Amino acid sequence: MCEPGYNSPKFPTNQMHAIDIRGLSKDYAVGFWKKKLLPALKPLDLHVEIGETFGFLGPNGAGKTTTLKLLMGIIFPTSGTARILDRDCHDPEVKSKIGFLPEQPYFYDYLSAPELLDYYGQLSGMPHDARKRRIPEVLDQVGLSDAGSKQLRKFSKGMLQRVGIAQAVIHDPQVLFLDEPMSGLDPLGRHEIRELIQGLKDAGKTIFFSTHILSDAEALCDRVAVIHKGELRGIGVVNDLRSAVAGKSEIIWEGSHATASMGDLLIESHVTGETVRGIVQSSDLDRLLEKLRQQRARLISVTPLHGTLEDYFLAQTREKETVNS
Amino acid sequence: MTSRLSAITLNTFREAVRDRVLYNLILFVLLLVASAPLFGQISIGLERLILVNVGLSSISLFGVIIAILIGIGLVSKEIEKKTLYTILSRPVRRWEFIFGKYCGLLLTLIVNTVFMAMGLYLALLITAHSLTRADVLLLGAIYCIVLQFMIMVALTLFFSSFSTPIFSAIFAFSLFVIGTFGEDLKNFAAMSHGPTKWLASAAAYLVPNFASLNVIARVAHEQPVNGSLIGFNTLYALLYSAAVTAAAVLVFERRNLK
Repeated sequence: MCEPGYNSPKFPTNQMHAIDIRGLSKDYAVGFWKKKLLPALKPLDLHVEIGETFGFLGPNGAGKTTTLKLLMGIIFPTSGTARILDRDCHDPEVKSKIGFLPEQPYFYDYLSAPELLDYYGQLSGMPHDARKRRIPEVLDQVGLSDAGSKQLRKFSKGMLQRVGIAQAVIHDPQVLFLDEPMSGLDPLGRHEIRELIQGLKDAGKTIFFSTHILSDAEALCDRVAVIHKGELRGIGVVNDLRSAVAGKSEIIWEGSHATASMGDLLIESHVTGETVRGIVQSSDLDRLLEKLRQQRARLISVTPLHGTLEDYFLAQTREKETVNS
Repeated sequence: MTSRLSAITLNTFREAVRDRVLYNLILFVLLLVASAPLFGQISIGLERLILVNVGLSSISLFGVIIAILIGIGLVSKEIEKKTLYTILSRPVRRWEFIFGKYCGLLLTLIVNTVFMAMGLYLALLITAHSLTRADVLLLGAIYCIVLQFMIMVALTLFFSSFSTPIFSAIFAFSLFVIGTFGEDLKNFAAMSHGPTKWLASAAAYLVPNFASLNVIARVAHEQPVNGSLIGFNTLYALLYSAAVTAAAVLVFERRNLK
């Protein structure tokens, strides 16, 4: 698949990829005899550069969590490979360099936050002294210094999400995988988690996070990919994608008599007295201006319209459905 | 590896302690100690026999129930609550997770057994006002009960690695009941002919032989458990639980954790 904007100047591709996915797919056998195959992820190719914040966007059931589970070795692929930091994603050495926050995480609720972090630090191979030093640091980083010996069962959802991020970064990993880190949080909680992710991004971590909250991706990501029904629909630098879907201009002129001769050039138009406000594809703008000159209409303004990531997302998720139908 | 194994083991043990599973032993000790004087009144001359029988059988039964109740959720609960996702995303191999869980539950049962045994000895002390050499023999039976737990933990973990908690409980408890009558199954096989003999023999060797691990009646009658039986039982429990745990690892290594 063509990847518009893939060669971002910020992240040159002549180096090792943080994440390198090639032809990764997953089919589930369904039905009583398990003979019918249900594709959860169609062959996926994508790369994430070191230091990049990459958004993996898609509606619920698109295949985001399946991809993350494959990368974490929780499920096994039907085909394809996934490498992290130039090693197979199942390699234990790689796993000591990655952190993972599952969607809507649950942690051992009989533990306190420091105990949980100590447990995960041990599992990540951290020596005792390193854990002792790092736990207060991380708790402070996620704003849970005051949690003390309170058991996790008494934590709010926002606090649990912060604990989730703390366990993902306790061993200071190079690459972070976050599955819907803002889902189910109130606006304040979302803001806090967004700030935390921004802090990790500023610290130079590679972040791969799945979300269906587009404003979060727009605010945090260098590049995004859109996945829908298990298929990659688009990938690129956020600004490029916005421009690609934008490509429209608003044009206002005086002289309603000119409207009739515009033919199909106008996507939409609105006439108020003599003033006309129209939307035109940027590629058709020159032709439209020429016609206005011919009709001696008085041009008032031409304003390029900025697309949003949502526009791109909707275009990618709807486009194929229309074609298919 | 050792650090990861001990972390999983201790966390499994801590979960059992903090979820108040071990509170049952306080209840057990209190009940046994409180009822000790009654044994003397209802069974003159047989109070020790009854107390040892009731005490050791309770230790065995309580332990098996705890093994099943905790064991059936050891893997499935971690999948259901997604805690396993954060574990497997670390440099933890799947066999380390299974073996760590096994050791954690076994440790829980051993601590449980130690406390219950202390309660039993306290009850014996209250009943007879002193401990005798015959009471030391109880340790042989308690050791065999721990061997029984080694097998039960492996079985529940095996079923938990691929089945739902309810089915795991049914399978594990059924095997415990069949295994308790393991000698009868062997006798039945010996008396049978043709395919029935083969089937019964296969079943007798496949299901765990809990009958040979049960030496409660022997120590209750103040007969020692000889060294060769202890040795044979130890070897049997080690091999059987190793085989079943290996099977659990094999199943779990290939499992897609949806």
